Amino acid sequence: MIRDLWYTFTDFLQTFGKLQLFFVRLILNSPSVLLQRGGLVIKQIYNAGALSLAIIMVSGLFVGGVLGLQGFSILSKFNAEDSIGTFAAFSLLKELGPVITALLFAGRAGTALASEIGLMKATDQLSAMEMMAIDPLQRVLVPRFLGGVISMPMLAAVFSVIGLFGAHIVGVNMLGVDQGAFWQQLQATLDMSDVYEGIFKSVVFGIVASLLAVWEGYNAIPTAEGVGRATTRTVVITAIAVLILDFMITALFLE
Amino acid sequence: MQQTRSVEIGTGLFVLLGLAALFFLTTQTTGSASFSDDEAYSVTARFENVGSLTDRAPVAMSGVTIGRVTSVEFDPVRLDAEVTFEIDSRFDQIPEDSDASILTSGLLGSQYIGLQAGGSDIPLAEGSEIQFTQSAIVIENLISKYLFKNNSDSNSE
Amino acid sequence: MSEVSEHLIEIRDLNYSRGHRHIFKDLNVQIPRGQVTAIMGPSGTGKTTLLRLITRQLIPDSGCILVEGIDISTLNQKALYKLRRRFGMLFQNGALLTDISVFENVAFPLREHTRLPNRLIRHIVLTKLHAVGLRGAADMMPTELSGGMARRVALARAMVMDPDILIYDEPFVGLDPISMGVIVRLVRKMNDALGISSILVSHDVQEIATVADCSFLISGGKVAASGSPDELVNTRSELVRQFMHGMADGPVPFHFSAPNYAEQLLGRDAE
Repeated sequence: MIRDLWYTFTDFLQTFGKLQLFFVRLILNSPSVLLQRGGLVIKQIYNAGALSLAIIMVSGLFVGGVLGLQGFSILSKFNAEDSIGTFAAFSLLKELGPVITALLFAGRAGTALASEIGLMKATDQLSAMEMMAIDPLQRVLVPRFLGGVISMPMLAAVFSVIGLFGAHIVGVNMLGVDQGAFWQQLQATLDMSDVYEGIFKSVVFGIVASLLAVWEGYNAIPTAEGVGRATTRTVVITAIAVLILDFMITALFLE
Repeated sequence: MQQTRSVEIGTGLFVLLGLAALFFLTTQTTGSASFSDDEAYSVTARFENVGSLTDRAPVAMSGVTIGRVTSVEFDPVRLDAEVTFEIDSRFDQIPEDSDASILTSGLLGSQYIGLQAGGSDIPLAEGSEIQFTQSAIVIENLISKYLFKNNSDSNSE
Repeated sequence: MSEVSEHLIEIRDLNYSRGHRHIFKDLNVQIPRGQVTAIMGPSGTGKTTLLRLITRQLIPDSGCILVEGIDISTLNQKALYKLRRRFGMLFQNGALLTDISVFENVAFPLREHTRLPNRLIRHIVLTKLHAVGLRGAADMMPTELSGGMARRVALARAMVMDPDILIYDEPFVGLDPISMGVIVRLVRKMNDALGISSILVSHDVQEIATVADCSFLISGGKVAASGSPDELVNTRSELVRQFMHGMADGPVPFHFSAPNYAEQLLGRDAE
């Protein structure tokens, strides 16, 4: 029993170590890919970023709207409806923007990455590249990783801005909060470090979500079932990793 | 070729939109951008009690923000709080004998420093100290004062 | 390159196991230069695994694999990639890159490894596609191709860098008789016209008999028989006869190992 636990533990450590080494290899290969295969990276930014834009914008608009409604109902109890902008901006920039974007990214782009790479592996495309003396890391994995890493902060920023817009529609246009007060309160309370915290989070989440998607796809069992399982694992593991990291980064910035 | 072109255009639009959003977040959501270090002079003031005044709290005159608190520190020798704040150098005609009080914006709002103009001809400058200050109003003190009609303590220096 | 060894590829005392299953036990194979060599065996004997070991996509547990006298396990990635450029490999289902067109698939190794001008690349690619009879399909996407066509495109791609060694992994599986005939002809033609060596993994005895110069039959992790296809057909070894003539029962039993049939039906195996 204890022996089993020990083996499970060491297996976990081994997988974790492999993941780190994989990450290092991706990073080490990134500069040359950016220089020599920029076109591939652009295509992946399109796949991971531009194609996720619609879901991000719609979600952002409604999350912002909900913040407007909820914020109004709470703040009006203290006669502080004017702070609705601050409330929405704090929530969006520091938490909801990066976190929800990362979760949506895992569902939209992460699964696509994992299944695409898994399928390439299942149909021997990766082995074929190996045999043509072309490193699949350079041709397939790194461009997809970079595409995700570059897209995430932008998606999160778009989410936050659209969310603010949603909160503005609900708060100012529907519930009658003064527009000047909305912005003035927001600008007076929010600090540059709050904005940086959000951007920092989205960069970290971008790296983690892309890494996990590429990793799961690359290590998928090369069968239809294996690829399906890798896709599911991508979403689950990314969601957990993002939420844990969110807690850690928030604690870090608290000081 | 047509396909690559639309991919490139889509990516370009996406990146532009993303950068615009980042720009909006960094410039439009923070008010502190209107003050930068080289266009401000710093002034100190001592308070017996600063309440919950913190860094970055606004400094206002006639209700208009003209500066920001940069540090709040306890002086172990004089046993009071030393507050340093920066005032935008556009406002360089504030009389030296103005008085500073710690006020609260709204019922739940955060605290800020309000300046009340004095009558001196000498303006405040880099490194000046404001002599007349009024501490934050601590609600507990206010209540006990009201209850026990104890007027012997004054909050001002 | 200094010393030209007798055999193109030599496998010495190779051991390889996956999990607890031994796939190869002290395997010895010599693949001659300039001929079509067939590696045969029942499904699950690890023929494809052997190809992956030869090209170092997998690393053996022990033993060594010499390609032209060089032990490939000693190569670093750069040297390995240099060696692999001399290989062309045709995967079971073609393994074409699904996101680019047929033309770009064939051009892919050229674009990656050379700095040839576009016009020259176009010329080479069309020549190779013409050789496999698919010049007209240059603008199609791999998903639009039939199995046989995909394999022919993959063959064009495998040849585009003018390799010395062409490796075919199960080239005849799942093809209709016409496509099969086309592939058989192409294998022979490529080998003789270009003066290269071919290694072919398959269990299609008929096709191998027409195309291969020499063949190895692998069973139970060892070479069970070797020689020209004719020699194998007329051998006295029961295992070889069973395989070559496609008999259902023989040394390779029809039944997977199981408890006694009567006892299991009577429910006695629970005890």
